[in-house]
Amino acid sequence: MIKNSDILIVGGGNAALCAAITAAKAGVTVHILECAPKSYRGGNSRHTRNFRCMHDVPIDPLISAYNEEEYYDDLIKVTKGKTDEILARLVISQSLGCLEWMKQHGAKFQQSLSGTLSLARTNAFFLGGGKGLVNAFYRTAHFLGVEVTYDATVTHVELKDNQVYSIHFTHKGEEHILHPKAVIIASGGFQADKDWLADAWGEAARNFIIRGTPYNRGIVLKDLLAQGVQSVGDADQCHAVAIDGRSPQYDGGIVTRLDCVPFSIVVNKNGERFYDEGEDVWPKRYAIWGRLVAAQPDQIGYAIIDKKSIDLFMPSVFPPIKADSLEVLAQKLQLQETSLLETINRFNAACGDISNFHPTELDGVKTKGIIPAKTNWARPIDTPPFYGYSLKTGVTFTYLGLKVDQNAQCSTDNGLIPNLFAAGEVMAGSILGQGYLAGIGMTIGTVFGRIAGEKAAIYAR
Amino acid sequence: MQDDLFKEASRQAEICNACRYCESYCSVFPELHKLREFNKMDITYFANLCHNCRGCYYACQYTTPHEFNINIPQIFAQVRHKSWQDYAWPRKFATLFYKSGVLISLISIISLCFFSALLNLLPQGEGEGFYRIISHNILILIFIPASLFPFISLSISLRAFWRDIGGGKITLKQLKNTFMAISRMHDLASGHGEGCNFEDEDRFSHSRRYAHQAIMYGFLLCFASTSSATILHYFFDIKAPYGLFSIPKLFGIPGGILLVFGCIWMLLLKFKSDQKLGDTKAWGSEYAFVILLGIVGLSGLLLYLLGNTIFMPSMLSIHLSSVLTFFILTPYSKMVHAFYRVLSILKEKEID
Repeated sequence: MIKNSDILIVGGGNAALCAAITAAKAGVTVHILECAPKSYRGGNSRHTRNFRCMHDVPIDPLISAYNEEEYYDDLIKVTKGKTDEILARLVISQSLGCLEWMKQHGAKFQQSLSGTLSLARTNAFFLGGGKGLVNAFYRTAHFLGVEVTYDATVTHVELKDNQVYSIHFTHKGEEHILHPKAVIIASGGFQADKDWLADAWGEAARNFIIRGTPYNRGIVLKDLLAQGVQSVGDADQCHAVAIDGRSPQYDGGIVTRLDCVPFSIVVNKNGERFYDEGEDVWPKRYAIWGRLVAAQPDQIGYAIIDKKSIDLFMPSVFPPIKADSLEVLAQKLQLQETSLLETINRFNAACGDISNFHPTELDGVKTKGIIPAKTNWARPIDTPPFYGYSLKTGVTFTYLGLKVDQNAQCSTDNGLIPNLFAAGEVMAGSILGQGYLAGIGMTIGTVFGRIAGEKAAIYAR
Repeated sequence: MQDDLFKEASRQAEICNACRYCESYCSVFPELHKLREFNKMDITYFANLCHNCRGCYYACQYTTPHEFNINIPQIFAQVRHKSWQDYAWPRKFATLFYKSGVLISLISIISLCFFSALLNLLPQGEGEGFYRIISHNILILIFIPASLFPFISLSISLRAFWRDIGGGKITLKQLKNTFMAISRMHDLASGHGEGCNFEDEDRFSHSRRYAHQAIMYGFLLCFASTSSATILHYFFDIKAPYGLFSIPKLFGIPGGILLVFGCIWMLLLKFKSDQKLGDTKAWGSEYAFVILLGIVGLSGLLLYLLGNTIFMPSMLSIHLSSVLTFFILTPYSKMVHAFYRVLSILKEKEID
């Protein structure tokens, strides 16, 4: 028997749990409706590994300092200014408090993982990753009396007189209707709905891989937008990276990333290069390659490297395609042999002095006289065995979402909806107009989850 | 079959190597992340370094129903058991014992009967306490070969293992660090020091760590008790039975209590834990091993308590036969985990 509670939370990831814990501690009854089964609970938070956190002095596990201004500048750089300054500064300034709050509620942290040293100052890593975090939060929520229903798909949030009137959901094949006092939407983006993605992106989107949970289909988002709830962000904006083309269609998560691009040449299916592979260090560039690959024919790219570079990057989840000659590699990758060889010959001829090659810094080892140039780490592809990886566009989450104010409250053209709140990826588009800053998704989820939980509890009491 | 096991372990390790989220749980992952490809010996080493704390399983994004189907605690448990069989000498015995915990019990009973029969045959007489029942010389006659054999067998196995995992010369510092880690069972404390996941899914608790330490220290105290008694007997001509404040008793009584308590606790924990995160085929032999250890401890305590009653002879035969069984089975039972684990941690503490 599913009974009514003061607050219903749609979604079961980090933002939902932060909201649930906060509200339950404020003394109201809370019920989480998670559309995934227990084994897949936690939405995209399952796949995360850290959150970006400001701090003026070192604080375990973060080193040195990362102040509000630097954080905000980083955000402005990646979004090219497309952010809501008030909300962005709210997230940044409250991120520090989140670290302590998360620890108090069961989160464990670790030093930044090997291969991610560049993030040791800015990002606090969860011990065991996001699923470990989610497990700890579910334990805390359970301890606080939060009810959780898995396999519960919310189909309709009914608004009446600019207020949430009822929630419709299916569970074990049955329809249910509940009448909570307040509702928090924390159900993520719509990226797992490929039809919607294709509407926004065109048919090319059908070749995209969804890196995260298959359960973020944007059902509630679509339902609320149809009822006039205000939106934020563009439907074609999302966090998209170039990942291993052999990745599973959904839920491949972190392991599908490929870090070889800076040491490779990347060609499209016609065997032509299309962008400077050595523009910057990979952590600063991986997020643009999703879009670059998406713009190529059949939305596919191929990174080609040789023996010299195979050990310079984090191991891939699937072994690379390997061949002793470029001809055989072309065949194995199903690329046109002559065209690939021509591209590589031209590239190799454009490589100059490589004695200053340095894999971990911008070394200025660049090509001369070809377009596009490769401006760092440009070494000829000439030492067998040769290796190839296919690259596809991997979507993490979409940015079209619900517009909220600093109380995490949603609104329609008729004004604020007093009992509807949103947190997490479903409202992150307010802060991320475009681009992405590693770890900020979890920061937005935690800050707004806590705000939503607090404000919803005040309303429901 | 065997190659499939290593292939599967290698497939999973490659996924771990691309993920690395579990780096801080235990010693296995930092070792694994040093390599890009894994051969059979690498996998065998990781598997024997793994304490089955299960932290990585519950934190993993790729466990079933995900298509990657990662279950590191399980595959490493399987490889571990396989490796103990492969290294065991003689090998045939090991496979036999691995497959059947029941057989362990059977041998126990047979030797029990053997002892009882022997006791009945002997004329009552000389000596004090239980040497009235069975003379010390007969005890030695039985136990020397029974302990020499496991010693020889284990030496052969462990030498091969140490060579194969690339173990070199052992330094003092390495030894110290290894025994520090073992004395606190560091790898069952998890990266945050709050214990492992065992009896209640993803909840961290120290239960298994403490139960294991109770067994380990209990066992070591009992071992010290027996050794000290042997020394007293041969070098000081002080013969059993020993009084409450004698060295053997001061070791033996707390040791026995710890051992029995630890074994019962461990059995209860094992009963609650998810079998699919271990080697399900070894479940019987693992249970049997803990029970056998518990019986060794319990019968020893009872023998002391009932030493002056009519139950003494039967208690004595139960105790001696369980000890004998334990000795003979050492190279083939779960007891070997201690030796392979020590060597693996030694290897891990090597300075690269």
